[in-house]
Amino acid sequence: MIRFVYAFIAIVVIAPAAWAEIKIKEVTSAGGITAWLVEEPSIPFVALELRFKGGTSLDLPGKRGATNLMVGLLEEGTGDLDAQGFARASEELAAQFGYDSHSDAVSISARMLTENRAEAVELLRRSLVAPSFPQTALDRVREQVLSGIRSDLKDPEQIAGARLAELVYGDHPYGTPGEGTLESVAALTREDIAAAHKGALAKDRLFVGVVGDITEEELGPMLDALLGDLPETGAPLPGPADVAITGGIDVVDYDTPQSVALWAQNGIDRNDPDFFPAYVLNTILGGGGFESRLMTEVREKRGLTYGVYSYLVLRDLANVYMGSVSSANDRVAQSVSVVKDEWARMANEGATAEEVDKAKALLTGAYPLRFDGNGAIAQIMVSMQMDGMPIDYIATRNDKVNAVTPEDIARVAGELLDSDALQFVIVGQPEGL
Amino acid sequence: MLRRMVLAVAVSVGMSAPLKAADDLVTTYELENGMQVVVVEDHRAPVVMHMVWYKAGSADEQPGVSGIAHFLEHLMFKGTDTMESGEFSSTVAANGGRDNAFTSYDVTAYHQRVASDRLELMMRMESDRMVNLRIGEEEILTEREVIIEERNQRVENNPGALFREQLTAAQYLNHRYGIPVIGWRHEMEALDMDDALSFYETYYAPNNAILIVAGDVEPEDVKALADQYYGVIPANPDLPPRLRPSEPPQSSARRMVFYDARVAQPYVTRSYLAPERNSGDQRKAAALTLLAELLGGGQTSVLSQKLQFETKQSVYAGSWYRGTSLDATTFNLIMVPAPGIGMQEAEDAMDAAVAEFMAEGVDAAHLDRLKMQLRASQVYERDSVESVANRYGRGLTSGLTIADIQEWPEILQSITSEDIMAAAEEVFDLRTSVTGWLMTEEQEVSQ
Repeated sequence: MIRFVYAFIAIVVIAPAAWAEIKIKEVTSAGGITAWLVEEPSIPFVALELRFKGGTSLDLPGKRGATNLMVGLLEEGTGDLDAQGFARASEELAAQFGYDSHSDAVSISARMLTENRAEAVELLRRSLVAPSFPQTALDRVREQVLSGIRSDLKDPEQIAGARLAELVYGDHPYGTPGEGTLESVAALTREDIAAAHKGALAKDRLFVGVVGDITEEELGPMLDALLGDLPETGAPLPGPADVAITGGIDVVDYDTPQSVALWAQNGIDRNDPDFFPAYVLNTILGGGGFESRLMTEVREKRGLTYGVYSYLVLRDLANVYMGSVSSANDRVAQSVSVVKDEWARMANEGATAEEVDKAKALLTGAYPLRFDGNGAIAQIMVSMQMDGMPIDYIATRNDKVNAVTPEDIARVAGELLDSDALQFVIVGQPEGL
Repeated sequence: MLRRMVLAVAVSVGMSAPLKAADDLVTTYELENGMQVVVVEDHRAPVVMHMVWYKAGSADEQPGVSGIAHFLEHLMFKGTDTMESGEFSSTVAANGGRDNAFTSYDVTAYHQRVASDRLELMMRMESDRMVNLRIGEEEILTEREVIIEERNQRVENNPGALFREQLTAAQYLNHRYGIPVIGWRHEMEALDMDDALSFYETYYAPNNAILIVAGDVEPEDVKALADQYYGVIPANPDLPPRLRPSEPPQSSARRMVFYDARVAQPYVTRSYLAPERNSGDQRKAAALTLLAELLGGGQTSVLSQKLQFETKQSVYAGSWYRGTSLDATTFNLIMVPAPGIGMQEAEDAMDAAVAEFMAEGVDAAHLDRLKMQLRASQVYERDSVESVANRYGRGLTSGLTIADIQEWPEILQSITSEDIMAAAEEVFDLRTSVTGWLMTEEQEVSQ
């Protein structure tokens, strides 16, 4: 067999643009609620994604965990339905509702059959607008949250994440886990939960994505029926986090055979003109899966880990550049050393033209693969709205990736990367650190 | 309530396009060398998933080389006669795709997601490494360190995973399902080139493989490409039959307590040896599938209702059953006690809840709701050709035929309360069970 592969390694333009076929319409209901819609009538269901900006960062002082617990209680009772009654009602409709929260948003994901959509929308509405937060449900779900917190306190990855957040974000809500502490969650009352609900689920912070078997004409009334009764305004959002990373290695002693290492340095904003060079840079350094430099040096050449990654963390109120690796206690020092060397090499030398081309091919080719299903597309559309992107962003995004040059990478690497300023947190019993 | 649902379905069928199940989009055929092909069509986006599933997993390994199926999976990303080490994945990436692989008891599978006009390239490369793998001695040593770090990450750092290894080892007295897929550490440390090549040469052949292509493709185009790339590879005439050591009668309940200081939340779990789906004989497995959902499948399940809502002795209680398996599988219960509830008390409460269910029988309305959800899942599944592809891959590598896989939804709908109770009577036999407590020594002292 001839070496056919080289012909394909030469960089390819991924021809048929999958995203060109995704036709997003902006729909505004009579009641003034805006949604992005993709009509996809081929399967008789609709995927709905709602996000309320703010999330667990809205927790008031002393009430850490209130938003998280509140979201866990939305499906635990409304009106004459208790937790089991609500679950039975959604099972009868075969509707699937997911309620979740993180540091920047409360998110609601729903899948509803066309055949009973009106009833499913009404059930979902009741859970969002009129949850009853019964005390028995509060006590039961609180125990589940506390159980999760106790587990996190003994999980090396969670310990590392919490310690790094504390070092990086300090007193900002990002500095502590959104689930709260054993003490703060134990003290939460029904009034705290009701207040968290009122503050978090409001129209002034709502973003909606809808994909599936529904028309523009049907969507407006559905949005008003589902969301029209929410309050107009909610609690004020916190200000930006004051990220101050000076560098160093912080070891948390924990008796476990493999050390978990996380690291962080200052990041870059999505709206920064250098964001796309930084994004391509990260793909080359540690974001590109098996092809990244970190994976090649730490795993493929040295066998020091199963996985090593770096990632640009883009949050609403802070940007950091992070990474992670896990190695046996007697080998993790070597992994950390290789990571720092690669960080410095990229800062000093940038990347080759071939590396840049490969990363661009990976990023531009992988982009359409994200749009794989109604629910995924609904989520992407909501994220785009939250990030303030234009409705035609999908069609232009790959051009921004392709415009990045090796010179851009070299310049941005020099400005952004600082191997001496990396803050490491290592949980385990690392030798030689 | 059920009547209303049925009416709603009928109306919808009358008014719009008929409800098509995902299986209507599936085409299957077999190449001359015995390689099975499954095509799942979805033309919504110009993307394709290309997968090759080998009917060989960790339970097909020889004694003493546990983990070799998984180790070989890693080594398959090294070179061939015509490709450099690592070139497979870098080529997929350079073409804007994503690739990976996984190993389980009954199967090893390799998959890539790419733009649909890159399907031919994927087939060229995947068919190449089916027979032309070349591994260097250095690579064996380095990659062995990687799988040991993988074991560290997945198992050694996780007391729950260590506990499950011990439970499973006690469940199977003779079958290799008792040995972890990733391998026992001491055997992994000694795996070498000969072990890897022996497994490769025995099992990696077209007559032991299934090609699954899902996405924006036409079945006849896939057939032509499959003939060109996979069809030319000769079948392995020496492919051994999949006859594994089978279980003797299990006649003694096993119990264990696993202590680890890293345990935050203690729990009680029990597994019972259970029959799996067999070709032409899936009713018992269907009944157990429904039993697992009724008994412990979520908020409205029997265990949740009794232990979380009524007695409040549990933070979480559930049951599960994995019927798609080549050989005997397990039916499992879990009970996570609420604070202040001791381990024995937790186990007794779990047993009492199951005993009550056995006396009370199946709630007909609950069963109707489950069946409604199963029907709906066929609609939702059409949104993800990958899950359809995985359903076929798992089924075909677990001894089922295309017909078995396609009949399964109807079989589930036909199961009665009596079928479920009969299956429950049979499976809840303590003599075939393993009961385990996961805890720390302080938790024992504090009780």
